[in-house]
This record gives sequence, C-alpha cells and structure tokens, in this order.
Amino acid sequence: MLAVYKKELRSYFIGPIGYIYVASFLMVSALVFIYTNLYSGTTDITNYYALLLYLFVVLIPLLTMRMLSEEKKSKTEQILLTSPVSLSSIIAAKFFAAFTLFGGTLLLSCVQFSALYYGDSSPNLAIVVSTTFGILLIGSAFVAIGIFVSACTENQLISALLTMVAIAITLVMSILSGYITFTPLRAVVRWLSIFDRFYAFTYGYFDFAALIYYLSITVVFLFLTVRVFEKRRWE
Amino acid sequence: MIEINGVTKRYGEKLAADNVSFTVKAGEIMGFLGPNGAGKSTTLNILTGYLSATEGSAKIDGIDILENPIAAKQKIGFLPEQPPLYMDMTVKEYLYFVYDLKHCKLDREKHIREICNVVRLNEVFNRVIRNLSKGYKQRVGIAQALVGNPPVLIFDEPTVGLDPKQIIEIRNLIKKLGKEHTIILSTHILPEVQAICDRIVVINGGKIVANEKTENIARAVEGKRRMTFHICGPQNEVLKLLKATPGVSYAEAIGNRDLDSVAYLVESEENIDIRKPLFFALAEKRWPIIAMDVMGMDLEDVFLALVAPPAKATSRAKGGRK
Repeated sequence: MLAVYKKELRSYFIGPIGYIYVASFLMVSALVFIYTNLYSGTTDITNYYALLLYLFVVLIPLLTMRMLSEEKKSKTEQILLTSPVSLSSIIAAKFFAAFTLFGGTLLLSCVQFSALYYGDSSPNLAIVVSTTFGILLIGSAFVAIGIFVSACTENQLISALLTMVAIAITLVMSILSGYITFTPLRAVVRWLSIFDRFYAFTYGYFDFAALIYYLSITVVFLFLTVRVFEKRRWE
Repeated sequence: MIEINGVTKRYGEKLAADNVSFTVKAGEIMGFLGPNGAGKSTTLNILTGYLSATEGSAKIDGIDILENPIAAKQKIGFLPEQPPLYMDMTVKEYLYFVYDLKHCKLDREKHIREICNVVRLNEVFNRVIRNLSKGYKQRVGIAQALVGNPPVLIFDEPTVGLDPKQIIEIRNLIKKLGKEHTIILSTHILPEVQAICDRIVVINGGKIVANEKTENIARAVEGKRRMTFHICGPQNEVLKLLKATPGVSYAEAIGNRDLDSVAYLVESEENIDIRKPLFFALAEKRWPIIAMDVMGMDLEDVFLALVAPPAKATSRAKGGRK
C-alpha cells in the first residue's frame, strides 16, 4: 500500500499536475482571501471557505482525473492487480495520496490567516480550526467521488468533466433546496447537500454527525470504486 | 506447480475460454500456442488473477488464485501482453516501485542489480522508460516479472514487435530462466516454442486442441506422408496415373513451376513408400520427374493442422513446403 501511495504522490510531481494544482490553489485562495477578508476588513473566514468550496469544482478533478483512468488506458493497472496487494489497499493508497496533496496544500494556504492578526485584531481560533477541519472533510468526500469517476472511464478529460459535474451538483443542492416547497423532497435534497453540513463548523463547533456524514461519503465512494474493478474482473 | 481446471470465461455471448485445463510441472517451460484471439491472454489473465473465470479454477503451487489471491500472486511474475510500464519513471524508480509493491524481502540494491545484469538493463538503469527502445521496454517488463524471484514466470507474447536480434536475446534469456523457474510462454510464433519449450499446449477458439511434449506433437498429427513431384508431361494424364498408382491416397496439380513441368502434390497412405513405383510408372510413359520434395511436418504444419479446418489441406501443403 505504501508503494502505491508513494508512487502516486511522486507522479503528481514528475509531471506538471502537482505543481499546477498547488500553484493554482494557492493563487486563487489568496485572491479569494484578499477579497473576502482583507478588503472587507473582517477576521471571519466563513465567507472565504464558502467561496473556496466552489473552487473545488475545478481543482479536485485535477487531483483525481488520471488516477485510475490513466492506469486503465496504459494497462499499468495490470501490474497493480496482479501483485500481491489487495484491491482495496490499492484504492485506499490512491485516495490517501490525492488527499495528502489536497490537505497539504490546504494547510499551506492557511499561512495567509496570519494576516488576520494584523494590528490588534485576532480571529476566532475555534472557528478557523473547525472550518478548516470541515473543509478537509468535504475535500475527502470530493476526492473519493473523483476517484470513483476516474475508475469508470479511460479518458482523463471525461473523468475530469464528470467529476466537475458531480461536485457542482452536490454544491448546488443546497441552493436548490431553498426553492423546493415540497417538504419531503426538500429534506432529501438537503440531506444530499454536502454544503449544508458545513454550517455547523462555521459556528466553531465540532459537528460529529457531519464528520460521520463526510467520512461515510468517502468510504462509500471508495467502496464503489473497488466494486467497479471487481465487476470488470468478473464480466 | 500450475494447475488450470475447467476454466471458462464468457464475455456476454462470446466464449473467450472454453473449459481450459492443463497443468505445468515445476521446472517446465510450457509453450502456450494459438493464433491471435484464441484465448491465450484471457487464460493467462485468469491465471494471474487479473480476470476472474466464469467457471473453473486456477491454482499456483496448490493455492487457488481466487481463494487466496495474495499468496498465489506472490508466486507469480507476470509480463502481460503490453508491459505495464509507468512511462515517466526511470528504470530504477520503476523497479524499486515494483520491489516495494511486491513486498520483496531480498536485499534491494543487490536484487535489482542482479536482475538488471540478467536482462541487461544496466546501461539504461537511470533513463526514463518513455525514451527507451521497444526492446529495452520489453526487457524492463521482464525485469519487473523477475522482481522478488517468484517461482512461476508467465510471459504473454514477450517477443512481439522486437527485431530478430532482440528476439534471439529474449529467447535465450527465457531459456536461461527456465533452469530455475516454471515458465509459461505464450506466443503465436512457432519457432519460438520449438526452440524453447518442453511442452506445448495449443489453444484455438478458446479450446485446448493439443497438449503434448514438443517432440511428440509433430508425430501426433502426422498421418500421411506428403511430397511434391515436378513432372514433364500432359497434366491430366499424369494426374490420372498418379491417382491410379497403388499407395497414393491423394494427388493434385498445384501449378506450373517452370516451362514444361507441372508440380503435383501427392499424399501416400501410411507406411508405404510410393517413390519407386511412381518413378517406374512415369518412366514407362516417358514422363520424366525433374524434381521431388518430401515434405516433413514441421510445427507450422502441425499447428495449422490443429487449428485449421481440414478442408484447407492444400493450402496447408503449399505453406509447409520446405
């Protein structure tokens, strides 16, 4: 498992994708930060993260689009699948590699929060920590979705586009739910909305239900990815 | 060492492998022969756990690939039809990755060095795989299979796309490896198995059509003796005479080879030498034989005889002409 993890992490930086991801994440997050915090002179980072979430629609596919599609296309998956390693540990290794880059870049971007201490202002540290934690959880769910999508196609571009659509849908759900008057349907849509669970974190408290929710999404999509491979092996 | 039992693989309606069974003993080099699309790769992919069979079982050293995949895969080094290479890694990075992937316990530096010596990769050790020639890529693929020193090696068409010199090198390499490993070598190239393998399993249309020792397989399908005669004389009458000669089971004109002679394909019944009676019969008519060939069955004929429908007897004869 460690072998695949190291390989994936390294492969981000053998090619340009890792650099593109880190650079564009840092750049855009800095711009968003300037807009939401520095210009408006607030130490509240809730808006910053809320906007950043929409950025994930474009950025997460960068991390996951080639992960399995490329292996399938170049037939390199054959060495993975015929090695003495279990399928689930291969998928898990790939997930953790993508999540490491995601989380690492996110934590790196947190350096800019030091600007919030400018002068005699200071942010509410509990909110900073809890929202960042929430974003990490949402990111893990998105990465898992991306990995699942990339297992379903050989084409990186299709993989990226479908992931974008999938992430966009989960984000739009919460906006959509506001317009639904039929209560049961609204409940379902809200339940599916990844965004809705995030609000608890923005008040600075640790929502255990949300934690379980995001982790479940992650696990379910990784499990589905394993199933995609299993199914292909049997058909 | 390797045991495949009643393996069937169905892709929807299509049967890619139909009740395939064979065993390979420890230390044997088995040639797995068949035309393209015969089910070779499917069978090997099932054996290595890449695909799962619809029915049947595959065992490596007594371990079922489905029941205990990790232990079984530990014993296999597999070179798939298309070598599974990460193009943007160097040979070194790639082999180290495979070493880690297979949870290899041997001394890493030494083990990888040894493999590189055996498959002769030393001079490209630090180069990026993408930039290597096809021959080198193939060797990296073989090196990958050797990592961890597994007792069973499975090579799926290892010489495809290589130039003749590289083919000979790879063959010699496989022969050398065969001294310490059990090997399955899949190929559609006949001289290859003839040169390397102890045993040949022939597959066609998903079915095993022969499973013999290399030297036996020619004998197995060799029924009648076939020859060609070049005879000067009126074609129809010569043919009539040939057919009338006792012991001749089949005769056919197969075309003009030079100005006034016609080539005939003649098959004799088993254990009858028709050359002398034919000579005298033709001499009597003053139709001289100006050339004669006895066609031995080489593996090529054997193979075609096994996989082709019998109606193609004549084209087979032409193809097998030496």
